[in-house]
Amino acid sequence: MQKTLFDRIWDSHIVINNTQDENADDTNGPSLIYIDRHLIHEVTSPQAFASLKQSGRKVRRPSLTIATTDHNVSTDNRSLPIVDQVSKRQLETLSRNCEEFGITIYDMSSPDQGIVHVIGPELGFTLPGTTIVCGDSHTSTHGAFGALAFGIGTSEVEHVLATQCIWMYKPRSFLINVEGNLRKPHAITAKDIILSIIHKIGTDGGSGTVIEYKGKVISALSMEQRMTICNMSIEGGARAGLIAPDETTFNYLRGRRYSPKESELDKLIEFWKNNLKSDSNVKFDRVETINVDKLAPQVTWGTNPSMVVDVTDSIPSPEEFAEGDENKRKLAIRALEYMNLESGTPITGVHVDRVFIGSCTNSRLEDLIEASLVVKGRKVSTEVRAMIVPGSQKVKLEAEKLGLDTIFKDSGFEWRESGCSMCLGMNSDILSPGERCASTSNRNFEGRQGAGGRTHLVSPIMAAACAIEGHFVDVRDWL
Amino acid sequence: MMNVDTDQIIPKQFLKLIQRSGYGDFLFYDWRFDHGGNPKKGFILNDPKYKERQVLLTRDNFGCGSSREHAVWALFDYGIRVIIASSFADIFYNNCFKKGLLPIYLSQNEIEYLFNLVGKNDVSVEISLHEETISLTEKIINFNIDSTRKKILLEGIDEIDVTLRFNDRILNYEKASKIADYNKYLV
Repeated sequence: MQKTLFDRIWDSHIVINNTQDENADDTNGPSLIYIDRHLIHEVTSPQAFASLKQSGRKVRRPSLTIATTDHNVSTDNRSLPIVDQVSKRQLETLSRNCEEFGITIYDMSSPDQGIVHVIGPELGFTLPGTTIVCGDSHTSTHGAFGALAFGIGTSEVEHVLATQCIWMYKPRSFLINVEGNLRKPHAITAKDIILSIIHKIGTDGGSGTVIEYKGKVISALSMEQRMTICNMSIEGGARAGLIAPDETTFNYLRGRRYSPKESELDKLIEFWKNNLKSDSNVKFDRVETINVDKLAPQVTWGTNPSMVVDVTDSIPSPEEFAEGDENKRKLAIRALEYMNLESGTPITGVHVDRVFIGSCTNSRLEDLIEASLVVKGRKVSTEVRAMIVPGSQKVKLEAEKLGLDTIFKDSGFEWRESGCSMCLGMNSDILSPGERCASTSNRNFEGRQGAGGRTHLVSPIMAAACAIEGHFVDVRDWL
Repeated sequence: MMNVDTDQIIPKQFLKLIQRSGYGDFLFYDWRFDHGGNPKKGFILNDPKYKERQVLLTRDNFGCGSSREHAVWALFDYGIRVIIASSFADIFYNNCFKKGLLPIYLSQNEIEYLFNLVGKNDVSVEISLHEETISLTEKIINFNIDSTRKKILLEGIDEIDVTLRFNDRILNYEKASKIADYNKYLV
């Protein structure tokens, strides 16, 4: 039988197929799926540990879970005490739980601390063909390695801790072919590709599916770019994103802390090459093709990631956006009002107050290198406050070795410590009401970066150029 | 409206707590309250008429965005027991069953019919999970729910208990699976 990559990973992780009650002959139920890798952080785990303790249960395989602190941590100087007492209690609770249950934690004092979806791959914890879960929707990021990776709720975190398994109804398969040639590959990034995909399929276009991204454009992407694509699969509603592993993937894995050692790795690579791909004639439940020949840099204008246009375009009218759907028209009217934008305004005419380069979507070394290309020798606009939040302490250190921190600081950027920061604004990095931000993060929902804040999602290069000019620009003219 | 995301249902400033309850007061916080913490006029939950309602009617893709189960806890704490929508985001839909909140999906036409109805009058409904029906004065609307999920809600089943009964199967999997072999690199 022909199989998709997703089928293969799914099938190899089935503990019990399609039923919770084997005596009941139920074949439409959920399957019990084994979980190879579990990532936890301070926000969605405390309640899981609390009820685990309450019911006197143990963590089944403590070595298959790793923890970090990212959502809530300050990105200010780490030698200072934590100001927010409620945050502090949450961070301490995670440390205590990890100690009690024997789970490795990379906390604020660790040189490996960082955003959970940045450090997983960085440490080699993320491997092809594995199942990976985390109480965070952007777990889809790890799909870039050909792993089945998806976000779960806190009760499921508890379930995985206790059983190393999860009950799941098998999602449908969705193939997205990315064809064509990027005209200016330095100015048009993975972020622009995924935003244009979400524009096409909508924020719920991928609901109930696992998306596999394929095509020569995808094959040519680095691991970091692939992570950006898979990361935002959830913004298209998909449970997970997947990219079949290839030499790019295998090379990334070599020498990482939890990666198998050389001889073992070579054997595994042979196995992965033969097993981790979709058969050429397999039928997906849904197929879409995106052509990037004419893709321009993307900028969101509204309050969900599908509300996005080319940088050369103007803010659309609600009618244009709605294409005849009255509910979508109302949504666009509300979005324009919230964003304080008028239809017909060119995107390049929109001025920003803040720039945020960071988040699990775009805070890796390559993102920072790209951003530095347009920043070098230029100054941040006096109208703009701009910050760079590296995805992990390791990214920060590597960037500093390359002198990127100096480039950014000289031009007027703030160079901060690692964490989720202003992607979701759980710490003090937030927008004030009415402030407008060019952000490399993943969600432009109302209030996401702070109540009343207005978010435009863009690539790191666009965000950097925006910091210099104070408004959106066609970065293709810069590179 | 469409695409009500979990950041709206429970904004991030309330995710710092370490317990499972006490989120009801913060449900839809930024929509319900102004920057001074005063109730905003015009938001439906601030209308005394809608106090203590148990059924939430909404449109496509409810609960999209962040996986935070706090969204379900906030709705439940506030008193919501059933959400009727044309579709739900996957993670949110799953999370509902962990707390005993019933998510019902209906066709677009049925949703519009209900919106029309509640737009005109106060409507009282009787929802039977057992029968899979929404009973209105005018008619009965049937809904679908998977039998396993239905059983979990009706019987309040602890899924970890269910899984632990399969412990032998998990052990066998761990022994047999090539994939589980990867995990030896983690020690």
